[in-house]
Formats: sequence, structure tokens, C-alpha cells
Amino acid sequence: MNRFLWPLIIVAGLIVFLVMGLRHGDPRALPSPFIGKAAPEFELPTLKNPEVRIGKQNLLGQYSIVNVWATWCVMCRAEHGFLMDLAASRTIPIYGINWRDSRPDAIRWLDELGDPYIASAFDADGRVGIDWGVYGAPETFLVDPGGTVIYKHLGPLDADIWQREFVARMNSRGAGT
Amino acid sequence: MLPEVGQFALILALSLAICQSVLPLVGAHRGDAAMMRVGRTAATGQFVFLAVAFACLVWAFLSDDFSVLYVANHSQLSLPTMYKVSAVWGAHEGSLLLWILILAAWTVAVARFSGDLPEAFSARVIGVLGFLSVGFLLFAILTSNPFDRLVPAAADGGDLNPLLQDPGLAIHPPLLYIGYVGFSVAFAFAIAAMLSGDLDRTWAKWTRPWTTLAWMFLTLGIALGSWWAYYELGWGGWWFWDAVENASFMPWLIGTALIHSLAVTERRGLFKSWTLLLAITAFSLSLLGTFLVRSGIIVSVHAFATDPTRGFFILSFLAVVVIGALALYAWRAPSLDSDAGFGLLSRETFLLLNNVLFVVATALVLIGTLSPLVIEMATGGKISIGPPWFNVAFLVPTLPLVILLGMGMHAAWRKQPAQPWARVLRIPAIVAVVLGVVIPLFIYGRISILLFVGCAAAAWILVSSLIPIVRSLRREKGSAGITRAALGMSVAHFGMGLFVIGVTIVSAFGVESDRALQPGQSIEVAGHEFEMKELRNVQGPNFSAIEAVVDIRKDGDFIATVRPQKRQYLVQKSPMTEAGIHPGLDKDLFVALGDQLGNGAWSVRIQYKPMIRFIWLGALVMALGGIIAVSDRRYRVKATARDAVPDTVTGTGEATA
Amino acid sequence: MKPRQQRMLAVGLAALGIAIAAGLTLRAFQDNMMFFVEISDVVAGKHPKERNFRIGGLVVGGSLQREQGSLDVSFEVTDTACTVPVVYTGVLPDLFREGQGVVAHGRIGDDGVFVADKILAKHDEEYMAPEVAESLSKHQKDIQEAAVRGASGCNSSAS
Repeated sequence: MNRFLWPLIIVAGLIVFLVMGLRHGDPRALPSPFIGKAAPEFELPTLKNPEVRIGKQNLLGQYSIVNVWATWCVMCRAEHGFLMDLAASRTIPIYGINWRDSRPDAIRWLDELGDPYIASAFDADGRVGIDWGVYGAPETFLVDPGGTVIYKHLGPLDADIWQREFVARMNSRGAGT
Repeated sequence: MLPEVGQFALILALSLAICQSVLPLVGAHRGDAAMMRVGRTAATGQFVFLAVAFACLVWAFLSDDFSVLYVANHSQLSLPTMYKVSAVWGAHEGSLLLWILILAAWTVAVARFSGDLPEAFSARVIGVLGFLSVGFLLFAILTSNPFDRLVPAAADGGDLNPLLQDPGLAIHPPLLYIGYVGFSVAFAFAIAAMLSGDLDRTWAKWTRPWTTLAWMFLTLGIALGSWWAYYELGWGGWWFWDAVENASFMPWLIGTALIHSLAVTERRGLFKSWTLLLAITAFSLSLLGTFLVRSGIIVSVHAFATDPTRGFFILSFLAVVVIGALALYAWRAPSLDSDAGFGLLSRETFLLLNNVLFVVATALVLIGTLSPLVIEMATGGKISIGPPWFNVAFLVPTLPLVILLGMGMHAAWRKQPAQPWARVLRIPAIVAVVLGVVIPLFIYGRISILLFVGCAAAAWILVSSLIPIVRSLRREKGSAGITRAALGMSVAHFGMGLFVIGVTIVSAFGVESDRALQPGQSIEVAGHEFEMKELRNVQGPNFSAIEAVVDIRKDGDFIATVRPQKRQYLVQKSPMTEAGIHPGLDKDLFVALGDQLGNGAWSVRIQYKPMIRFIWLGALVMALGGIIAVSDRRYRVKATARDAVPDTVTGTGEATA
Repeated sequence: MKPRQQRMLAVGLAALGIAIAAGLTLRAFQDNMMFFVEISDVVAGKHPKERNFRIGGLVVGGSLQREQGSLDVSFEVTDTACTVPVVYTGVLPDLFREGQGVVAHGRIGDDGVFVADKILAKHDEEYMAPEVAESLSKHQKDIQEAAVRGASGCNSSAS
């Protein structure tokens, strides 16, 4: 064999290895351990009204989405427009978890940009987020009427992802939208 | 409006890049002069549009246009103007645009200064560079568009990472990229040679200055990164064998081997396949580095935000480029003839060893960087390979390298008689042995085998590299004196010696101490007294800080006052440490604030770093040697009889570059 | 030297170099590889003894304690299922905070306390060290199942 082929062979091997490495672990693509399992119990004050508390029981009885957001998260702002559209279309209740944020900043944000949420839970220290397996914002969970987490999406939502990942899953369960 | 202009300019640049890659290559194949000439025009046009796009992005930052997602993510109203500009290349999309711009700039430079290259050859070079531009432009437009909009626009941005708000780090990426991308020129020269089948001494002569120039910038970029990490980030460390650092170091190692291998090919027409392979590898490692840093495959404090889509794109591009090049190599290399021979003791032998040792060193760094990934994929165990392994493993090829360096530069081409050579080396050897003992033992008070070897090797190189300069100064009566190429070589090697002594001394004798300190208190570290006079609040343009005023004394004599700060940036809210450093050529004294301990006391990290500045000074001098060598007359003067450089075999073992 | 001999010399040198490097590499690897061990595994006793390793997780809120005026600190690290106490003497990194991810190098003593010689907190609001994230995500399940059983979710070793 042409001995000058060795570099090519070595590099080809290296590239195969790197491809495997890429697929092996996107550190952010870890599947949520809750998919198919019951959403965690929680109870938190709401953002706008601290005396009112919400928790998992609010999610039961219909499909809902739980959106983790914060004012320091620029990508949350990027998806905000879509969330407003989704809320206006009244297809599905949207609950928010305001994660590790400042209450006045968050309230002001919603006042300025609009509030797509039925209510936002105020998770100041992030403990509830941890329970949900959240490690960044934005993240959005799809929860079924029985309180089971069906899907978790990392990153901002848009119409395309909504159709492909959320609506498709609801339809396949016979939810009808 | 302007972001859309920028986006449009990118697309125009892409179409020009496509022309620039296809037409000249086809033209060279067919001998069509008109098609070949298109390359130069297309290259200029591409550069112009890229400059426009880049200007649009810079303007978006300067005008606080938070309707652009990239700007909203990385800038802030209160960000000082200088950093609004450097924020342009502070993250993935913008730095990619910078890369593409620099690639276009190198291409224009090649087009401009390749007047005396055959048309077909320069057409091929420009064509290959165009192909690379196409790849990167596609990557940017399809996956990493810096001009994406944010709707509704943010009122204020997420701020530039405070770590990046620093002048040193502002120019670090541009310098680094000029180096990385510069190796694409050597790569293009290699491909052009393989396509045409002609690879001779003239080819090496053309390739050398471009490669040395790229190497020089890479040297400066890496040195700057190391210096920045020292005063900004690493609590006194200057090299961490972090994956991203390694990603820049590997091309540098191969680049160094390449410039030496090119010397052999130019001089003797030897090592052709080595040189080709090194040229391909240097740029391939640049591409690999880009991949490692931007794909998320390796975790590092430096790495950009991860996205596997981007990773796959870069990897595919890498695969096409490198495998294509290596396929060409496998095809052409067998027919590269070099029937010249050389003796066992000759410069060629030393440079052969040089090539081998540098390749081994690079392989070790690559293995260390990728092993955690391999092992995790194979066994699931998560391991990290850190400085302890790298520091030891890296010494294996580099220790012989530094010793051979001092010898090799005095060996003549083809055949070096042993006697005269040994005579030349007598003085450096004696000085090396003496200083190898004196410096550690009498200046710093301790000696060990490693210390002796390190100091002796440094002295060996320093003295040895001065010999050609001294000789040419002492020469009289109408002899040629030293050429710039030879002077550059001496200076660069001298810089290497400075680097080695800096590393040896600071690694062995540096002291680091974490202590508690409060106002009015004084502590002693490494023979110096550090007294905290007071703590106070200070305000910066976009941060607030607690500042300590610390006086440093030695044996009661006042040396300096340093002002370490603990900063809190207004937006990102993460604390940042700004060290107080008293610099000096012989030593640095370094004080950094830690945490509040209660009772008004703070933890401080105090470091004594002897000769650490020699590390970066050495790198600077190396780069200086590079630029001296590039300015050599033979690159600026048209080919004449003068260029038939004779081999010198003289009784005194005098050597030319 | 003829080209063929040159080639043999080159190949021989290269082979020698690689052999030496490989040998040293393999030996040094063993000594210098730093394993990352999940908190639950540490508590269960599955960790390297007598040598350094890494742990990572979240710093338990309210667990950071410091003696006034001293560089000694102690805190607890959790993967939300189990918890390990850590002690460290020195300056904590800027990004170290309760409730945030942290990675520590060190070793564990017989008393089950992890003595750290290096602490790393290299993330920001939007990013967490992947080993930590993965470990957390894995142990969510344990908590879930334990909650169903009414237990604490941490299986500590009997030995």
C-alpha cells in the first residue's frame, strides 16, 4: 500500500471518532428524566400576587405548558412574541416559572412586553427549577391532564417547534387541538 | 436597515467566493488566462463586501442596536465604547465573521503580492482560498448569522462577559485568527503544488514568508492569551493546558516545524513530503481547533456556546478539506523526488529530528486533549487530563529539542565536519553548565536535576544563538555580514531561550499563598511584606468594586502599592477579581482579593513569580525574529543569480539560514 | 546518506519517539487521570481510595460555613439525591455560590468528608458543568422513586 496513505487513514479515523463524540453527548440534550413520569409537586407564590399560591394541582385537568423564564435571559425575550401569540389563540394554558429572578424586574418585564401566562410562579432561589431538572432558560414543559410530563424543550419556542414537537404529541394522544 | 445590508453583503461575498474558488481552478486546469485572472478580482470584491458586513455589525454595536439578537446578547448601554467594538468578536457569530474577513484579507494580500508567481499557480492558490471562504461563509449564513433580529427589540443588552472587558483580550482573537487563518495560505500553496505536480525549491521559497508571517501572529496571539490569563483569570497561572489553549498551541507547534522544514526544502530540495504534510496539518489543526471550541464536544471555560448543528457543519467541512488534501498528498507524494543526500552530522539531520520531535509533541497534546472524550465514550467514566500529565509528557520531546536546538543551528548543510562544530559549541557548553548551576543555586537557593537541565538548556540556546550575530559584527573587510534570514533565526532562537529560562524559574521558584488579611495587618510571603492599608469602595463605568490598598516592602524598603479589586458588574452580577500586580523583569508580585472572611478580613492570594515576564518577552522576541526573517532581501528582490544560494562548508562551521 | 537511508533514519527516530512518548503517556495517564465520581456513588462508597478524584453537584443552600477570619470553609454538595460534606482551605472562586454548580478536586477521608484541594465553579446563569448537569438529571429519578416510597432518596452504603 502506498505509505503516503497513512495520514489519510489516521485522519479519517479521527473524524469518525469526532462524529461519534458529537452525537454521544450534547451536554444540553440530556433527556428530562420526567418524560413519561409525573411532574414534580411544588407550591410557590405567584409573581404578581404573593398571597396567591400555585402548584401542580393547577396544571391538572387539561394539557398545559410550563415555561421557565427570566428577565436576564435574552432568549426568553426572543420567544416571548410567540408565547403572546399562543396565549392569544387560547389553545392551551401557559404557566410560567419565573426562575432565579428579581420580582420587580420580572413584573416590569411582563408589563412592558405583555403577559402570556395564566400565572407565573416565582421561584426565587431556583429550588423548584432544580426539582424540574431545569438547568437553563428558557425551557418549556408539556404536561398532560393527568400531570405527567410529556415533553421538555430546551431553548426558545417558535411556531415551527410548537407544531412539530408539542402539537404533534398532543395529537398522537388524541387530544385534538 | 443596516443589519439587513450586512446580511446582504454576506450573501454577495458568498457568491463572489464561489466565483473565486471555481473559476481560477478551472482556468488553471485549462490554461484559460481570463478565468484565472477572475480570482484576483473576485477576491478583492469578496473582501470589500465582507468589510461592509463587518462594518455593519460594528455599527450595530456602537449604535446600541438591540434589535439585533447578537448585539442584545453581548452588549450593554453602559459598556465602554472600546468594548462595544471588541464585543463584536466576543462570541461565536461575530468571531466567525472576523475569521472570514481575515481570510479574505490574506487572500487579497496573496493576490497583491504574488506578481512573480506563475499565473496558474497563483490562480490555484486563490481558488483554494476561495473554497475555504465558501465553506466558512456557508457556515455563517446557514447556522451562525450575526445579523438575526430580535423581535421585540430589547431595551438593554445582556452585557459582554466581564472577563472579556479587557484590552488584552480585545486584541487576542484578532491576532490569533490572523495566525490561524494565515496557515491557510501555506495550505493553499501546498494544494496548488499538488494540483500542478510541481513542488521544488522555488515553491518553498514562495511559501516561506507567508508561513513565517502567519506563525508570527499566532505566536503573538498565544502569548497575549497567556499573559491575559495570568493577570485577569488564572490567579497567577499562565498556561492551563485547557482544551481551547491546546487548540491554538497545536497549530503553532506544527507551524514551527513547518517553517523549519520549508528551510530544508528551499535550500536542498529535501523533505518535500514532510513539508507538504506539515503544511496540510498546520491548517487542519486550525480547523480542528475551531471545531473543538465551537461544537461543544469539549468542555472548557473558554468554549463558545454549544450547538451540535454547528459542530456537524464544521466537522463536515473539516472532513472535506483535510481528507481532500490528504488524498491529493497520497497521490502526489510518491513522485516527489529528492535525490540529494546528507551526512549524519548535518543541518538536515537536526531539522529532521526537529520535525519528528515537534510532531511527537503535537501528538501528545492532541492525545491529552481528546482522551477524556475517548475514555468517556468507551467506558462512560468521566476523567480529566490536566496540567500534571501535560507538564510531564510535554517535556519528553521538548527537552531533547532545546538541547538539539543549540547544536543544530551551527551545523552546516549537507555535511558538517565534527571538529570545527564542536569547537564552536565549546563556549556555549561551558557557559550553559556554569549558569545551569549558578542561576538556580546562587540566585534562588536551590538546585535539582531538572533545574540544572532547564537553566543550562536556556543558557545553551541563548549563547549559541548569539554566536552568528557576534561573528558577523566582528567580521571586517567586505564580507556579506549576516543576512536578515539568519539574523531572524538567531533572534527567534534567542527568544526561545528567554522563554525556557522564564518557564524553568517560575515553575520551580514561584510561591503562591492564600492568607487572611485585614486593614492594618501585614503578612510575609517569599521574603516580602504585604500590608493592607485600607479597603474602600470604588465605582467604575459599568461596575462597582471593593478595592484594597496594599503596600509591598522588602526588608523594610518600600517597593510598590498595588490595588486589587473585587468587582461587581452591574448587569451580569457575577463578581470579578482584578489582581493588583507589581511587574518587574526579575519578578512579579501579585495580590488578588478572595472572599470576605468576616471581622473585616479578606482572604487574599499572594504570588511571587520570579522571571515570569521572560515567558512573554521570549515569545515577543521570537515573533521579532520572525518578522526580521520575513523582511529578508531575497523575498523582495526579483529572482537573480544571487538566489542560487551556495551550501557553505567552512572550516569554522559557519552557517547561513 | 542516501534517500532510502534517510527515510529509515526518519522512520526509526519517529518510531523511537512515539514509543517513548506512548510509554510515558500510558504510565502517566494512570497516575494523572482525574475521575469524576457522582455524589451518590461517593456516598455509596464507590470512589477511588487513597487518591484524588473529582466530585460535582450543587452547593446546598445554607450549608456554607466559615470560621470568622479564617480561610477554612465547609459546605455540602448534592446531586439532589445524596449529599457530601466538603472542607476546603483557601480562596473560593468568584462564581462559587450556594445553589450553583461546583466541581471539587480532592479526596475523601474515612469520616466521609471530602477534603478539597481545588474548587472550580465555571459556569454562569445559563450554563452548568455538563458532568454536574448530567449527574443531577440522573438523580431526579431517584428522588422521584424515593418520594413515592417515602424515603429520602439517597442509598448510602452499608459498609
